[in-house]
Amino acid sequence: MAHEAGEVAHEAAHTSSEYIKHHLQNLTWGQLPDGTWGIAHSAEEAKAMGFWALNLDTVIMSLLLGAVIMFLFRRVAKSVISGTPGALQNFCEWAIEFIDTSVRGSFSAKNDLVAPLALTIFFWVFSMNLMDLIPIDWVPGVMGLLGVPFFKVVPSTDPNATFGMAIGVFALVLYYSIKMKGFGGFVGELTMMPFQSKNKVVQLLVVPINLILEGVNLIAKPISLALRLFGNMYAGEMIFILIALMGGAWAGFSAGGVTLFGSQILLSLGWAIFHILIVTLQAFIFMTLTVVYLDMAHQEHH
Amino acid sequence: MNINATLIAQLIMFVLFWWFTARFVWTPIMAALAARKKQIADGLADAERAKHDLELASKRAADILREAKEKAGDIVAGGEKRASEIVEEAKGQAKVEGDRIIAGAKAEIDQEVFRAKEQLRTQVSAIALAGAGKILGREIDAKAHNDLLDKLVAEI
Repeated sequence: MAHEAGEVAHEAAHTSSEYIKHHLQNLTWGQLPDGTWGIAHSAEEAKAMGFWALNLDTVIMSLLLGAVIMFLFRRVAKSVISGTPGALQNFCEWAIEFIDTSVRGSFSAKNDLVAPLALTIFFWVFSMNLMDLIPIDWVPGVMGLLGVPFFKVVPSTDPNATFGMAIGVFALVLYYSIKMKGFGGFVGELTMMPFQSKNKVVQLLVVPINLILEGVNLIAKPISLALRLFGNMYAGEMIFILIALMGGAWAGFSAGGVTLFGSQILLSLGWAIFHILIVTLQAFIFMTLTVVYLDMAHQEHH
Repeated sequence: MNINATLIAQLIMFVLFWWFTARFVWTPIMAALAARKKQIADGLADAERAKHDLELASKRAADILREAKEKAGDIVAGGEKRASEIVEEAKGQAKVEGDRIIAGAKAEIDQEVFRAKEQLRTQVSAIALAGAGKILGREIDAKAHNDLLDKLVAEI
């Protein structure tokens, strides 16, 4: 695999499976087998780097998207007026009121940090998901010309990104659970429910069962949060890649070739339109579930 | 697809963006929204008050108008009364004046009649004298019969 990976996508000789693999490989920076630090040029190299490696594309894209969103909101926040708002302010106000309304709907406790958290999550995840609508060969193609071997433009198709956020949410759930209920209260919630008994011995026996049930329940929160987003976006990306393969099968003017080419255009258009819904919905679900989990963390069970 | 330190990087970015949003985005925009809400509420309250004021003002205006009409009616009635009084007065004065003029005229007529009678009497006595003289054919001593003649004249 000593080829210029970026150009692989355009080489007629290379196979469908290579094309798919290339599109699913992150640009990973870490320690190479020879001991130096650098960019992995193949999936095997990236895997060999172990935990202490960075997916540069994920980090750069999410940082860039987050920064753009923060910049827009900050620009509005700095020049915000209570009089007649401009177009951008109008949009930001609409966004904030939308978030505020949905947070008020599902979060009953008093915590001023939850709504900004929801705003951050929704718009960050939304923008990351939205990158899925960029034609899949554009960014990797340009990057290939610049000598960058891989570039996955959708950060939310990288489990690192979704798990990173989910772990953040999980840490907040733990923090607020302990803060609101006390350590004892939190442990009690994990061990004294759902099975309870007046008899001390029986109670002692059901504690491990409760702990397992509630523990699974607790752990499932961040995992489902991360996997739901990752799975949806990854599958969406996969379908875009498969659709793109149809045009890739182009081999001169023949009935089959033209049909495939036309199908690619129609299918990717259709899938992209449908994907707008998924992009928004997944961002909204991530946000809403975060708010709901935090609401549960704030709630006292007796 | 490998789990690696990107996870940690993403977590750090997440926290930073959250902090930034909470600190620099959410608070000022929410403050502006609250300010606008208050402005609108104040505006509505002002409008309500203005409406109330308008109602009071129109009621007052109606009162003033009615008063003015009443006053104007009073003034017109007073004026009419005064006018009829003046007419009555003028009528009375005219009557007095007329009476006075009539009385003067009557007096003048009486005087004139008296003067004519006087004249007539003098002339009648002269005619009587002349007639008597002619009848008698002789000279009558006018002086001797003057008293008689005067009596005659007075009788006439």
